[in-house]
Amino acid sequence: MTTSLRYRMLPMLSVLVLLALWQGLVMALALRPFVLPAPSLILQTLLHDRALLGAAALVTLRTALEALAIAAVGALALALLFVQSPGISRALFPLAVILQVTPVIAIAPLLLIYLSTHAAVLLAAFLVAFFPLLAACVQGLGAVDPGLADLFALSGASRWQELRWLRLPTMLPWFLGGFRVAGGLALIGAIVAELAAGASGAGSGLATVIVESGFQLNIPRMYAALVIISAMGIGLFAATTWLARWLLRHRPEGRQQSWT
Amino acid sequence: MSTRTPLIALERVGLGFGDRAPVLQDVSLRVASGEFLALIGASGCGKSTLLRVLAGLQPPSAGKIARLQPESRIGIVFQDATLMPWASAFDNVALPLRLHRLPRAARHERVMAALAQVGLGDRAAARPHELSGGMKMRVALARALVVEPALLLLDEPFAALDEITRLRLSDDLSALQARLGMAVVFVTHAVSESVALADRVLVMARAPGRIMAQFSIDAPHPRHHEFRQSSAYLGKVEEVSAALRQTLQAGDDL
Repeated sequence: MTTSLRYRMLPMLSVLVLLALWQGLVMALALRPFVLPAPSLILQTLLHDRALLGAAALVTLRTALEALAIAAVGALALALLFVQSPGISRALFPLAVILQVTPVIAIAPLLLIYLSTHAAVLLAAFLVAFFPLLAACVQGLGAVDPGLADLFALSGASRWQELRWLRLPTMLPWFLGGFRVAGGLALIGAIVAELAAGASGAGSGLATVIVESGFQLNIPRMYAALVIISAMGIGLFAATTWLARWLLRHRPEGRQQSWT
Repeated sequence: MSTRTPLIALERVGLGFGDRAPVLQDVSLRVASGEFLALIGASGCGKSTLLRVLAGLQPPSAGKIARLQPESRIGIVFQDATLMPWASAFDNVALPLRLHRLPRAARHERVMAALAQVGLGDRAAARPHELSGGMKMRVALARALVVEPALLLLDEPFAALDEITRLRLSDDLSALQARLGMAVVFVTHAVSESVALADRVLVMARAPGRIMAQFSIDAPHPRHHEFRQSSAYLGKVEEVSAALRQTLQAGDDL
Protein backbone atom coordinates (compact mmCIF):
# COMPACT_ATOMS: atom_id res chain seq x y z
CA MET A 1 0.00 0.00 0.00
CA THR A 2 1.44 3.38 -0.98
CA THR A 3 1.89 6.12 1.59
CA SER A 4 -0.61 8.43 -0.10
CA LEU A 5 -3.26 5.70 -0.21
CA ARG A 6 -2.63 4.93 3.45
CA TYR A 7 -2.94 8.67 4.15
CA ARG A 8 -6.26 8.80 2.34
CA MET A 9 -7.55 5.79 4.27
CA LEU A 10 -6.86 7.49 7.61
CA PRO A 11 -10.33 9.06 8.11
CA MET A 12 -12.02 5.76 7.36
CA LEU A 13 -9.66 4.00 9.75
CA SER A 14 -10.55 6.33 12.62
CA VAL A 15 -14.27 5.67 12.05
CA LEU A 16 -13.66 1.91 12.02
CA VAL A 17 -11.66 2.10 15.25
CA LEU A 18 -14.43 4.10 16.90
CA LEU A 19 -17.07 1.58 15.79
CA ALA A 20 -14.97 -1.34 17.07
CA LEU A 21 -14.53 0.35 20.46
CA TRP A 22 -18.25 1.04 20.61
CA GLN A 23 -19.12 -2.57 19.75
CA GLY A 24 -16.59 -3.85 22.29
CA LEU A 25 -17.91 -1.56 25.02
CA VAL A 26 -21.53 -2.60 24.50
CA MET A 27 -20.57 -6.29 24.53
CA ALA A 28 -18.18 -6.03 27.49
CA LEU A 29 -20.66 -4.15 29.68
CA ALA A 30 -23.65 -6.11 28.29
CA LEU A 31 -25.52 -2.84 27.73
CA ARG A 32 -29.22 -3.16 26.87
CA PRO A 33 -30.21 -1.88 23.40
CA PHE A 34 -32.43 0.87 24.83
CA VAL A 35 -29.40 2.23 26.73
CA LEU A 36 -26.88 2.04 23.90
CA PRO A 37 -27.37 -0.18 20.85
CA ALA A 38 -24.28 -1.79 19.36
CA PRO A 39 -23.24 -0.77 15.80
CA SER A 40 -24.15 -4.28 14.65
CA LEU A 41 -27.71 -3.82 15.94
CA ILE A 42 -27.96 -0.39 14.27
CA LEU A 43 -26.90 -2.00 11.00
CA GLN A 44 -29.51 -4.73 11.49
CA THR A 45 -32.15 -2.09 12.17
CA LEU A 46 -31.10 -0.19 9.04
CA LEU A 47 -31.65 -3.32 6.98
CA HIS A 48 -34.81 -4.44 8.77
CA ASP A 49 -36.55 -1.02 8.72
CA ARG A 50 -35.24 -0.09 5.30
CA ALA A 51 -38.68 0.50 3.77
CA LEU A 52 -39.76 2.88 6.51
CA LEU A 53 -36.39 4.61 6.82
CA GLY A 54 -35.92 4.85 3.06
CA ALA A 55 -39.31 6.48 2.54
CA ALA A 56 -38.64 8.95 5.35
CA ALA A 57 -35.14 9.70 4.02
CA LEU A 58 -36.56 10.41 0.60
CA VAL A 59 -39.00 12.94 2.07
CA THR A 60 -36.23 14.75 3.98
CA LEU A 61 -33.79 14.71 1.07
CA ARG A 62 -36.40 15.98 -1.37
CA THR A 63 -37.35 18.80 0.96
CA ALA A 64 -33.70 19.78 1.46
CA LEU A 65 -32.96 19.70 -2.28
CA GLU A 66 -36.10 21.65 -3.14
CA ALA A 67 -35.24 24.25 -0.52
CA LEU A 68 -31.68 24.46 -1.83
CA ALA A 69 -32.85 24.95 -5.40
CA ILE A 70 -35.38 27.64 -4.46
CA ALA A 71 -32.80 29.35 -2.25
CA ALA A 72 -30.20 29.34 -5.04
CA VAL A 73 -32.56 30.81 -7.63
CA GLY A 74 -34.07 33.28 -5.15
CA ALA A 75 -30.71 34.44 -3.80
CA LEU A 76 -29.33 34.99 -7.30
CA ALA A 77 -32.43 36.91 -8.38
CA LEU A 78 -32.41 39.11 -5.29
CA ALA A 79 -28.66 39.72 -5.53
CA LEU A 80 -29.07 40.83 -9.16
CA LEU A 81 -31.81 43.21 -8.03
CA PHE A 82 -29.53 44.53 -5.26
CA VAL A 83 -26.71 45.16 -7.72
CA GLN A 84 -29.00 46.99 -10.14
CA SER A 85 -30.56 49.13 -7.45
CA PRO A 86 -28.71 50.18 -4.29
CA GLY A 87 -32.02 51.53 -2.94
CA ILE A 88 -33.65 48.10 -2.97
CA SER A 89 -30.52 46.65 -1.39
CA ARG A 90 -30.70 49.17 1.46
CA ALA A 91 -34.39 48.49 1.99
CA LEU A 92 -34.31 44.70 1.90
CA PHE A 93 -30.91 43.68 3.26
CA PRO A 94 -31.86 44.27 6.94
CA LEU A 95 -34.86 41.97 6.48
CA ALA A 96 -32.59 39.25 5.14
CA VAL A 97 -30.31 39.72 8.16
CA ILE A 98 -33.24 39.53 10.62
CA LEU A 99 -34.35 36.25 9.03
CA GLN A 100 -30.80 34.96 9.22
CA VAL A 101 -30.18 35.74 12.89
CA THR A 102 -33.53 34.40 14.13
CA PRO A 103 -33.02 30.69 14.89
CA VAL A 104 -35.11 28.51 12.62
CA ILE A 105 -36.11 26.32 15.57
CA ALA A 106 -37.91 29.34 17.00
CA ILE A 107 -39.70 30.12 13.74
CA ALA A 108 -40.67 26.54 12.86
CA PRO A 109 -43.63 26.16 15.31
CA LEU A 110 -45.17 29.34 13.92
CA LEU A 111 -44.69 28.20 10.34
CA LEU A 112 -46.40 24.91 11.24
CA ILE A 113 -49.43 26.82 12.47
CA TYR A 114 -49.81 28.89 9.31
CA LEU A 115 -48.76 26.38 6.65
CA SER A 116 -49.16 22.73 5.73
CA THR A 117 -46.45 20.52 7.22
CA HIS A 118 -44.61 20.11 3.93
CA ALA A 119 -44.74 23.83 3.13
CA ALA A 120 -43.59 24.75 6.64
CA VAL A 121 -40.63 22.35 6.55
CA LEU A 122 -39.70 23.54 3.06
CA LEU A 123 -39.85 27.19 4.10
CA ALA A 124 -37.73 26.54 7.22
CA ALA A 125 -35.07 24.78 5.15
CA PHE A 126 -35.21 27.58 2.58
CA LEU A 127 -34.77 30.26 5.25
CA VAL A 128 -31.50 28.81 6.57
CA ALA A 129 -30.10 28.04 3.12
CA PHE A 130 -31.00 31.39 1.62
CA PHE A 131 -28.78 33.86 3.47
CA PRO A 132 -25.32 32.40 2.83
CA LEU A 133 -26.25 32.14 -0.84
CA LEU A 134 -27.50 35.73 -0.95
CA ALA A 135 -24.34 37.01 0.78
CA ALA A 136 -22.15 35.02 -1.61
CA CYS A 137 -24.00 36.29 -4.69
CA VAL A 138 -23.90 39.94 -3.57
CA GLN A 139 -20.19 39.73 -2.78
CA GLY A 140 -19.39 37.83 -5.96
CA LEU A 141 -21.29 40.23 -8.21
CA GLY A 142 -19.37 43.10 -6.62
CA ALA A 143 -15.95 41.44 -6.85
CA VAL A 144 -15.39 42.52 -10.44
CA ASP A 145 -11.84 43.45 -11.49
CA PRO A 146 -11.93 47.26 -11.97
CA GLY A 147 -9.59 47.01 -14.98
CA LEU A 148 -11.96 44.59 -16.69
CA ALA A 149 -14.89 46.87 -15.84
CA ASP A 150 -13.00 49.72 -17.56
CA LEU A 151 -12.41 47.53 -20.56
CA PHE A 152 -16.11 46.73 -20.82
CA ALA A 153 -16.93 50.43 -20.55
CA LEU A 154 -14.36 51.30 -23.22
CA SER A 155 -15.93 48.73 -25.56
CA GLY A 156 -19.35 50.27 -25.00
CA ALA A 157 -20.72 47.12 -23.35
CA SER A 158 -24.42 47.09 -22.49
CA ARG A 159 -25.55 46.30 -18.94
CA TRP A 160 -26.63 42.86 -20.09
CA GLN A 161 -23.24 42.20 -21.72
CA GLU A 162 -21.45 43.27 -18.56
CA LEU A 163 -23.65 40.97 -16.49
CA ARG A 164 -23.34 38.02 -18.85
CA TRP A 165 -19.64 38.20 -19.63
CA LEU A 166 -18.18 39.81 -16.51
CA ARG A 167 -20.32 39.82 -13.37
CA LEU A 168 -21.81 36.34 -13.53
CA PRO A 169 -18.50 34.58 -14.32
CA THR A 170 -16.79 36.60 -11.56
CA MET A 171 -19.54 35.56 -9.15
CA LEU A 172 -19.45 31.83 -9.95
CA PRO A 173 -16.77 30.72 -7.43
CA TRP A 174 -18.44 32.78 -4.70
CA PHE A 175 -21.83 31.32 -5.55
CA LEU A 176 -20.49 27.76 -5.46
CA GLY A 177 -18.85 28.42 -2.09
CA GLY A 178 -22.21 29.61 -0.77
CA PHE A 179 -23.92 26.63 -2.38
CA ARG A 180 -21.70 24.16 -0.53
CA VAL A 181 -22.53 25.77 2.80
CA ALA A 182 -26.22 26.11 1.92
CA GLY A 183 -26.50 22.41 1.01
CA GLY A 184 -25.67 21.36 4.56
CA LEU A 185 -27.81 24.13 6.02
CA ALA A 186 -30.87 23.15 3.97
CA LEU A 187 -30.65 19.65 5.44
CA ILE A 188 -30.33 21.06 8.96
CA GLY A 189 -33.28 23.40 8.36
CA ALA A 190 -35.43 20.56 7.08
CA ILE A 191 -34.52 18.32 10.05
CA VAL A 192 -35.19 21.06 12.60
CA ALA A 193 -38.60 21.85 11.13
CA GLU A 194 -39.40 18.13 10.93
CA LEU A 195 -38.52 17.78 14.62
CA ALA A 196 -41.00 20.54 15.43
CA ALA A 197 -43.59 18.89 13.18
CA GLY A 198 -42.88 15.45 14.66
CA ALA A 199 -43.48 16.79 18.17
CA SER A 200 -47.05 17.55 17.14
CA GLY A 201 -47.49 14.15 15.51
CA ALA A 202 -47.33 15.41 11.93
CA GLY A 203 -44.69 15.02 9.25
CA SER A 204 -43.09 12.09 7.51
CA GLY A 205 -39.34 12.82 7.31
CA LEU A 206 -36.36 11.25 9.08
CA ALA A 207 -36.56 13.62 12.04
CA THR A 208 -40.18 12.61 12.50
CA VAL A 209 -39.01 8.99 12.61
CA ILE A 210 -36.50 9.98 15.32
CA VAL A 211 -39.19 11.71 17.41
CA GLU A 212 -41.69 8.85 17.03
CA SER A 213 -39.07 6.17 17.75
CA GLY A 214 -38.16 8.13 20.87
CA PHE A 215 -41.75 7.99 22.05
CA GLN A 216 -41.66 4.21 21.48
CA LEU A 217 -38.23 3.85 23.14
CA ASN A 218 -36.99 2.31 19.87
CA ILE A 219 -33.45 3.54 20.41
CA PRO A 220 -31.77 1.45 17.64
CA ARG A 221 -34.13 2.98 15.07
CA MET A 222 -33.26 6.48 16.32
CA TYR A 223 -29.61 5.69 15.72
CA ALA A 224 -30.37 4.20 12.31
CA ALA A 225 -32.17 7.40 11.26
CA LEU A 226 -29.23 9.41 12.57
CA VAL A 227 -26.81 7.36 10.46
CA ILE A 228 -28.88 8.11 7.35
CA ILE A 229 -28.98 11.83 8.14
CA SER A 230 -25.18 11.88 8.48
CA ALA A 231 -24.78 10.00 5.24
CA MET A 232 -27.08 12.45 3.47
CA GLY A 233 -25.11 15.40 4.85
CA ILE A 234 -21.85 13.88 3.64
CA GLY A 235 -23.44 13.07 0.29
CA LEU A 236 -24.73 16.62 -0.17
CA PHE A 237 -21.34 18.08 0.69
CA ALA A 238 -19.55 15.71 -1.69
CA ALA A 239 -22.03 16.44 -4.48
CA THR A 240 -21.76 20.23 -4.13
CA THR A 241 -17.96 20.00 -3.90
CA TRP A 242 -17.87 17.87 -7.03
CA LEU A 243 -20.14 20.34 -8.82
CA ALA A 244 -17.87 23.25 -7.81
CA ARG A 245 -14.78 21.39 -9.00
CA TRP A 246 -16.38 20.54 -12.30
CA LEU A 247 -17.68 24.03 -13.01
CA LEU A 248 -14.38 25.63 -12.00
CA ARG A 249 -12.17 23.01 -13.65
CA HIS A 250 -10.56 25.56 -15.98
CA ARG A 251 -9.77 28.05 -13.23
CA PRO A 252 -6.98 28.07 -10.69
CA GLU A 253 -9.61 28.02 -7.91
CA GLY A 254 -11.03 24.79 -9.33
CA ARG A 255 -8.33 22.59 -7.93
CA GLN A 256 -8.49 24.31 -4.57
CA GLN A 257 -12.00 22.99 -3.91
CA SER A 258 -10.98 20.58 -1.19
CA TRP A 259 -13.04 17.58 -0.08
CA THR A 260 -12.27 18.14 3.55
CA MET B 1 5.76 65.18 -38.78
CA SER B 2 3.41 67.66 -40.39
CA THR B 3 1.76 64.92 -42.46
CA ARG B 4 0.28 63.34 -39.36
CA THR B 5 -3.39 63.96 -38.70
CA PRO B 6 -4.38 64.82 -35.15
CA LEU B 7 -6.38 62.11 -33.37
CA ILE B 8 -7.22 63.53 -30.02
CA ALA B 9 -6.66 66.89 -28.35
CA LEU B 10 -6.88 67.89 -24.70
CA GLU B 11 -7.24 71.58 -23.98
CA ARG B 12 -6.45 72.87 -20.48
CA VAL B 13 -7.89 69.74 -18.94
CA GLY B 14 -8.22 69.67 -15.16
CA LEU B 15 -9.51 67.09 -12.74
CA GLY B 16 -10.12 67.66 -9.05
CA PHE B 17 -11.94 65.99 -6.20
CA GLY B 18 -13.11 68.33 -3.44
CA ASP B 19 -10.54 70.36 -1.52
CA ARG B 20 -7.49 68.27 -2.32
CA ALA B 21 -4.81 69.36 -4.78
CA PRO B 22 -6.09 68.73 -8.30
CA VAL B 23 -5.08 65.40 -9.82
CA LEU B 24 -4.62 67.15 -13.17
CA GLN B 25 -4.25 70.86 -13.88
CA ASP B 26 -4.11 72.70 -17.21
CA VAL B 27 -3.04 69.73 -19.26
CA SER B 28 -2.98 70.47 -22.98
CA LEU B 29 -1.94 67.68 -25.26
CA ARG B 30 -2.32 66.60 -28.86
CA VAL B 31 -1.81 63.10 -30.08
CA ALA B 32 -1.35 62.67 -33.82
CA SER B 33 -1.86 59.48 -35.76
CA GLY B 34 1.14 57.22 -35.76
CA GLU B 35 3.14 59.00 -33.08
CA PHE B 36 4.59 57.32 -30.01
CA LEU B 37 4.18 59.40 -26.88
CA ALA B 38 5.61 58.57 -23.46
CA LEU B 39 4.25 60.05 -20.23
CA ILE B 40 6.77 59.90 -17.43
CA GLY B 41 6.62 61.09 -13.85
CA ALA B 42 6.85 60.11 -10.19
CA SER B 43 4.12 58.01 -8.59
CA GLY B 44 0.96 59.98 -8.03
CA CYS B 45 1.63 62.59 -10.72
CA GLY B 46 -1.62 61.73 -12.47
CA LYS B 47 -0.14 60.02 -15.51
CA SER B 48 -2.43 57.00 -15.24
CA THR B 49 -5.39 59.32 -14.66
CA LEU B 50 -4.44 61.28 -17.77
CA LEU B 51 -4.51 58.01 -19.69
CA ARG B 52 -8.01 57.29 -18.35
CA VAL B 53 -9.09 60.77 -19.45
CA LEU B 54 -7.69 60.09 -22.92
CA ALA B 55 -9.60 56.79 -23.02
CA GLY B 56 -12.82 58.56 -22.07
CA LEU B 57 -13.08 56.47 -18.89
CA GLN B 58 -12.71 59.52 -16.63
CA PRO B 59 -14.53 62.74 -17.51
CA PRO B 60 -12.42 65.82 -16.62
CA SER B 61 -13.80 68.53 -14.36
CA ALA B 62 -12.33 71.33 -16.46
CA GLY B 63 -11.16 71.87 -20.02
CA LYS B 64 -12.07 70.13 -23.25
CA ILE B 65 -11.35 66.81 -24.92
CA ALA B 66 -11.79 66.57 -28.65
CA ARG B 67 -11.81 63.23 -30.43
CA LEU B 68 -10.82 64.54 -33.85
CA GLN B 69 -11.59 61.26 -35.54
CA PRO B 70 -14.58 60.00 -33.59
CA GLU B 71 -14.78 56.78 -35.59
CA SER B 72 -11.25 55.75 -34.62
CA ARG B 73 -10.95 53.06 -31.98
CA ILE B 74 -8.93 53.02 -28.78
CA GLY B 75 -7.13 50.03 -27.30
CA ILE B 76 -5.90 49.96 -23.72
CA VAL B 77 -3.47 47.86 -21.69
CA PHE B 78 -3.22 48.21 -17.93
CA GLN B 79 -0.38 47.61 -15.50
CA ASP B 80 -1.83 44.18 -14.73
CA ALA B 81 -2.86 42.00 -17.61
CA THR B 82 -6.47 42.12 -16.26
CA LEU B 83 -7.47 38.99 -18.13
CA MET B 84 -10.63 37.08 -17.38
CA PRO B 85 -9.20 34.12 -15.42
CA TRP B 86 -12.00 31.79 -16.55
CA ALA B 87 -11.48 32.39 -20.27
CA SER B 88 -8.84 31.12 -22.69
CA ALA B 89 -6.33 33.47 -24.29
CA PHE B 90 -8.50 33.32 -27.41
CA ASP B 91 -11.68 34.32 -25.58
CA ASN B 92 -9.87 37.09 -23.73
CA VAL B 93 -8.62 38.58 -26.98
CA ALA B 94 -12.04 38.08 -28.59
CA LEU B 95 -13.78 40.04 -25.81
CA PRO B 96 -13.82 43.54 -27.39
CA LEU B 97 -15.05 42.07 -30.69
CA ARG B 98 -17.74 40.11 -28.90
CA LEU B 99 -18.84 43.28 -27.09
CA HIS B 100 -18.96 45.03 -30.48
CA ARG B 101 -21.20 42.15 -31.64
CA LEU B 102 -18.92 40.98 -34.43
CA PRO B 103 -20.05 37.62 -35.89
CA ARG B 104 -18.16 34.56 -34.67
CA ALA B 105 -16.49 33.76 -38.01
CA ALA B 106 -15.10 37.27 -38.38
CA ARG B 107 -13.93 37.20 -34.77
CA HIS B 108 -11.94 34.04 -35.21
CA GLU B 109 -9.72 35.35 -37.96
CA ARG B 110 -8.96 38.64 -36.25
CA VAL B 111 -8.29 37.06 -32.87
CA MET B 112 -5.85 34.55 -34.35
CA ALA B 113 -4.13 37.37 -36.26
CA ALA B 114 -3.80 39.46 -33.08
CA LEU B 115 -2.41 36.50 -31.13
CA ALA B 116 0.07 35.83 -33.93
CA GLN B 117 1.16 39.48 -33.83
CA VAL B 118 2.22 39.13 -30.21
CA GLY B 119 3.83 35.72 -30.82
CA LEU B 120 1.17 33.64 -29.08
CA GLY B 121 -0.49 32.05 -32.10
CA ASP B 122 0.05 28.59 -30.60
CA ARG B 123 -1.29 29.42 -27.12
CA ALA B 124 -4.86 30.40 -28.07
CA ALA B 125 -6.39 27.69 -25.88
CA ALA B 126 -4.26 28.39 -22.78
CA ARG B 127 -5.91 29.82 -19.67
CA PRO B 128 -4.28 32.83 -17.99
CA HIS B 129 -3.01 30.76 -15.05
CA GLU B 130 -1.13 28.56 -17.49
CA LEU B 131 0.78 31.54 -18.94
CA SER B 132 3.84 33.41 -17.64
CA GLY B 133 3.62 37.08 -16.63
CA GLY B 134 5.11 38.20 -19.94
CA MET B 135 2.71 36.00 -21.92
CA LYS B 136 -0.26 37.42 -20.02
CA MET B 137 0.84 40.93 -20.96
CA ARG B 138 1.12 39.78 -24.57
CA VAL B 139 -2.47 38.50 -24.43
CA ALA B 140 -3.55 41.87 -23.00
CA LEU B 141 -1.68 43.59 -25.83
CA ALA B 142 -3.35 41.33 -28.41
CA ARG B 143 -6.74 42.18 -26.87
CA ALA B 144 -5.96 45.88 -27.35
CA LEU B 145 -4.70 45.34 -30.91
CA VAL B 146 -7.64 43.20 -32.04
CA VAL B 147 -9.91 46.23 -32.44
CA GLU B 148 -7.31 47.70 -34.84
CA PRO B 149 -6.96 50.82 -32.73
CA ALA B 150 -5.88 54.17 -34.08
CA LEU B 151 -4.75 54.97 -30.55
CA LEU B 152 -3.17 52.46 -28.18
CA LEU B 153 -3.00 53.46 -24.51
CA LEU B 154 -0.51 51.60 -22.32
CA ASP B 155 -0.43 52.12 -18.54
CA GLU B 156 2.96 50.90 -17.29
CA PRO B 157 2.35 47.60 -19.04
CA PHE B 158 5.78 46.16 -18.27
CA ALA B 159 6.13 47.41 -14.69
CA ALA B 160 5.47 44.03 -13.10
CA LEU B 161 7.81 42.06 -15.38
CA ASP B 162 11.44 41.05 -15.02
CA GLU B 163 14.14 42.99 -16.88
CA ILE B 164 14.69 40.52 -19.73
CA THR B 165 10.97 40.17 -20.44
CA ARG B 166 10.63 43.95 -20.30
CA LEU B 167 13.33 44.48 -22.91
CA ARG B 168 11.90 41.86 -25.23
CA LEU B 169 8.38 43.21 -24.92
CA SER B 170 9.45 46.80 -25.53
CA ASP B 171 11.40 45.73 -28.64
CA ASP B 172 8.29 43.89 -29.84
CA LEU B 173 6.11 46.89 -29.08
CA SER B 174 8.40 49.16 -31.09
CA ALA B 175 8.26 46.75 -34.03
CA LEU B 176 4.47 46.38 -33.80
CA GLN B 177 3.96 50.12 -33.74
CA ALA B 178 6.23 50.64 -36.73
CA ARG B 179 4.34 47.94 -38.65
CA LEU B 180 0.75 48.80 -37.68
CA GLY B 181 1.23 52.57 -37.51
CA MET B 182 -1.17 53.34 -34.65
CA ALA B 183 -0.54 56.18 -32.23
CA VAL B 184 0.69 55.05 -28.82
CA VAL B 185 0.52 56.80 -25.46
CA PHE B 186 2.76 54.94 -23.07
CA VAL B 187 2.78 55.66 -19.33
CA THR B 188 5.99 54.66 -17.58
CA HIS B 189 8.22 55.55 -14.68
CA ALA B 190 11.37 54.29 -16.43
CA VAL B 191 13.34 57.00 -18.24
CA SER B 192 15.30 54.51 -20.36
CA GLU B 193 12.09 52.86 -21.55
CA SER B 194 10.47 56.18 -22.47
CA VAL B 195 13.47 57.37 -24.51
CA ALA B 196 13.98 54.00 -26.17
CA LEU B 197 10.40 53.84 -27.42
CA ALA B 198 8.89 57.29 -27.87
CA ASP B 199 8.93 60.08 -30.44
CA ARG B 200 7.96 62.49 -27.72
CA VAL B 201 8.51 62.24 -23.95
CA LEU B 202 6.29 64.33 -21.67
CA VAL B 203 7.59 64.80 -18.14
CA MET B 204 4.87 65.25 -15.52
CA ALA B 205 5.04 66.72 -12.02
CA ARG B 206 2.68 65.96 -9.20
CA ALA B 207 0.35 67.83 -6.83
CA PRO B 208 -1.12 69.18 -9.03
CA GLY B 209 -0.46 66.80 -11.91
CA ARG B 210 0.76 68.78 -14.89
CA ILE B 211 3.11 68.58 -17.86
CA MET B 212 6.46 70.19 -17.00
CA ALA B 213 8.69 69.44 -19.97
CA GLN B 214 8.65 67.88 -23.39
CA PHE B 215 11.41 66.16 -25.37
CA SER B 216 11.51 64.96 -28.95
CA ILE B 217 13.41 61.80 -29.75
CA ASP B 218 14.25 61.81 -33.45
CA ALA B 219 15.17 58.28 -34.35
CA PRO B 220 13.44 55.99 -36.81
CA HIS B 221 11.20 53.08 -35.74
CA PRO B 222 11.49 50.23 -35.08
CA ARG B 223 14.33 50.95 -32.73
CA HIS B 224 16.76 48.16 -32.16
CA HIS B 225 19.27 47.26 -29.56
CA GLU B 226 21.92 49.53 -31.20
CA PHE B 227 19.84 52.62 -30.54
CA ARG B 228 20.02 51.95 -26.81
CA GLN B 229 23.80 52.23 -27.03
CA SER B 230 24.01 55.37 -29.22
CA SER B 231 25.20 58.64 -27.78
CA ALA B 232 21.97 60.31 -28.94
CA TYR B 233 20.01 57.88 -26.75
CA LEU B 234 22.26 58.30 -23.73
CA GLY B 235 22.15 62.09 -24.08
CA LYS B 236 18.35 62.13 -24.13
CA VAL B 237 18.17 59.81 -21.13
CA GLU B 238 20.34 62.31 -19.26
CA GLU B 239 18.15 65.26 -20.32
CA VAL B 240 14.89 63.54 -19.38
CA SER B 241 16.34 62.37 -16.07
CA ALA B 242 17.42 65.92 -15.24
CA ALA B 243 13.92 67.24 -16.01
CA LEU B 244 12.40 64.47 -13.89
CA ARG B 245 14.71 65.36 -10.99
CA GLN B 246 13.56 68.95 -11.24
CA THR B 247 9.93 67.95 -10.88
CA LEU B 248 10.85 66.07 -7.73
CA GLN B 249 12.63 69.12 -6.29
CA ALA B 250 9.76 71.38 -7.27
CA GLY B 251 7.17 69.12 -5.67
CA ASP B 252 6.76 68.34 -1.99
CA ASP B 253 9.20 65.94 -0.39
CA LEU B 254 8.79 62.31 -1.36
